[in-house]
Amino acid sequence: MPEPHAEVAIGVRDLVVGFGRQIVLDHLSLDVRRGEILGLVGASGGGKSVLMRTIIGLIPRRSGTIEIMGQPIGGAHDRSTATTWGILFQQGALFSSLTVRQNVQFPLRENLTLSLDLMDEIAIAKLEMVGLRPEDGDKYPAELSGGMTKRVALARALALDPPILFLDEPTSGLDPIAAGDFDALIRTLQKTLGLTVFMVTHDLASLTTVCDRVAALADGKIVAIGPMRELLQSEHPWVRAYFHGKRSQMLQHEMR
Amino acid sequence: MNSEPLLLATPSGGKLELRPEGPWIAANVATLETLSRSVVAEVSQSRAVTLDMSGISALDTLGAWVLEKLSRQAASSGRPADIVGVADHFSGLLEEVRQVNRHAPAQVAAPSPILLRLDDLGKATIGAREDITIFLRMLGALFMAVLGVVRRPRSLRLTSLVYQLNRIGLQAIPIVVLITFLIGAIIAQQGFFHFRRFGAESYTVDMVGILVLRELGVLIVAIMVAGRSGSAYTAELGSMKMREEIDALSTMGLDPVDVLILPRVAALVIALPILTFIGSIAALYGGGLVAQFYGDMGPAIYIARLHDAISVTHFEVGILKAPFMALVIGIVACSEGLRVKGSAESLGRQTTTSVVKSIFLVIVLDGLFAIFFASIGM
Repeated sequence: MPEPHAEVAIGVRDLVVGFGRQIVLDHLSLDVRRGEILGLVGASGGGKSVLMRTIIGLIPRRSGTIEIMGQPIGGAHDRSTATTWGILFQQGALFSSLTVRQNVQFPLRENLTLSLDLMDEIAIAKLEMVGLRPEDGDKYPAELSGGMTKRVALARALALDPPILFLDEPTSGLDPIAAGDFDALIRTLQKTLGLTVFMVTHDLASLTTVCDRVAALADGKIVAIGPMRELLQSEHPWVRAYFHGKRSQMLQHEMR
Repeated sequence: MNSEPLLLATPSGGKLELRPEGPWIAANVATLETLSRSVVAEVSQSRAVTLDMSGISALDTLGAWVLEKLSRQAASSGRPADIVGVADHFSGLLEEVRQVNRHAPAQVAAPSPILLRLDDLGKATIGAREDITIFLRMLGALFMAVLGVVRRPRSLRLTSLVYQLNRIGLQAIPIVVLITFLIGAIIAQQGFFHFRRFGAESYTVDMVGILVLRELGVLIVAIMVAGRSGSAYTAELGSMKMREEIDALSTMGLDPVDVLILPRVAALVIALPILTFIGSIAALYGGGLVAQFYGDMGPAIYIARLHDAISVTHFEVGILKAPFMALVIGIVACSEGLRVKGSAESLGRQTTTSVVKSIFLVIVLDGLFAIFFASIGM
């Protein structure tokens, strides 16, 4: 899949990641295009999260290169990459000792020099953009529902307006209504802010409704990539099992 | 792409044309703030404001908000700004930013300090009552569990009891011996040093013997056990509570008090007197060593003086307190463990509370025993 360089937001080449003798990602290559929402599916424990955590530098790689916006990258503590991406962790990973507003302000405070007034205004603006009320800013993470936690985490991930957003199972643990709302929110924000979104998910509804392309990870490699319709036609046995299992039948029906 | 953002202000006959240029993004926030502040006065004075966006090369939420603030300021002085030349790919963001920060968060009136004090006092009172209720309820539950074991001795969880005895008894011996040995030695050294001035060195042995056997031995061992084993109990039960293991036990028709708490508290009640005995002996030994090397008093004289100074009563007074202290430590540790709520912070908080509370109660109990023994003449 050779593509023009400028179009690629995240370029992964020949990535090998393993723990001990076990190889999790085996010469994996993947391109995420600028301005698309890419969904990544794979078996539980099959390396989806490992791939995401390797790209953002939390897990060391054995070999291969990762380029973000055309720049090769090092590790997680590379300060320069911190403003390039925002990450929504599965459990939100909000700092429990800070209020919601302070959580959203944290990246601003650490990376920029700006007045307190402006910082407050920006934090509230972000909270409103993710669909929360300004009053929620004074709550602590422990007082939030699951859906609100994810929204605050998204606001924090977007605090510095990064061009790339990583989402780790954004709809897990949410009821279908909240999950649907969250999908719509991601779509809206992606359009407004021109984000590139890399989403690890199991939620077939998210894959069908929000993702521009879907990549399937099996045996440590990307075995299929393309729009949902193409993936449904894929002949790879694992991809067939994933999308043509009983749970997927209904969605597949809708697609036709 | 311009490297620095600019804001060109062109006043013309009461009208003001603002032309932001370059990258209006978060990375340039300091410049953006200065720029927008520099035109604030002009904006509020001019009769009409035009905002020409065509020169902007990059825009993010922060930049859009700074511009939106300028346009709102113009609007608030009665002359809405005319926004022109917005590039297509920025219009969505500008539209979005126009919606935010419309209403300030409702200000919650701060309650008066007196009311806050009263509120704290009320909460503390209710909290104290709740603590007592929980303590008594756990005591009652334990009593019922013991009755159950007496009726059906086979229902005792022997494996668990032995495991806990090993953990909080046997494995605690080295540290208990070390600490009590040092305490005994220190008391003896102080005794010799200060009593020497009155020529009353030989009474040091009386002091060490009585103090260690009646008070210090049991108190120090109990405090150490509260810190070492009580906190472990709270953390264990708390994490089991967090992961719903205790609920799982209950739904299988088992009483968590029988299965988890009785073996733990029983192990403490058995182990603490034994540890107290070992600790007291170690303290007396420490005192003896100091007597030999610092007080010039040979082992034979030390033991003979000790024989005169102390009686079985002193030993009984100390050792009798141990099981009661163990019961208090066990009940506090276990009930604090069961009070843990879903979060990890709650586990940490409850563990701290458990240790603080059980050490406090151990000392209070020691005081009550002192009064009791004094009044019955022991």
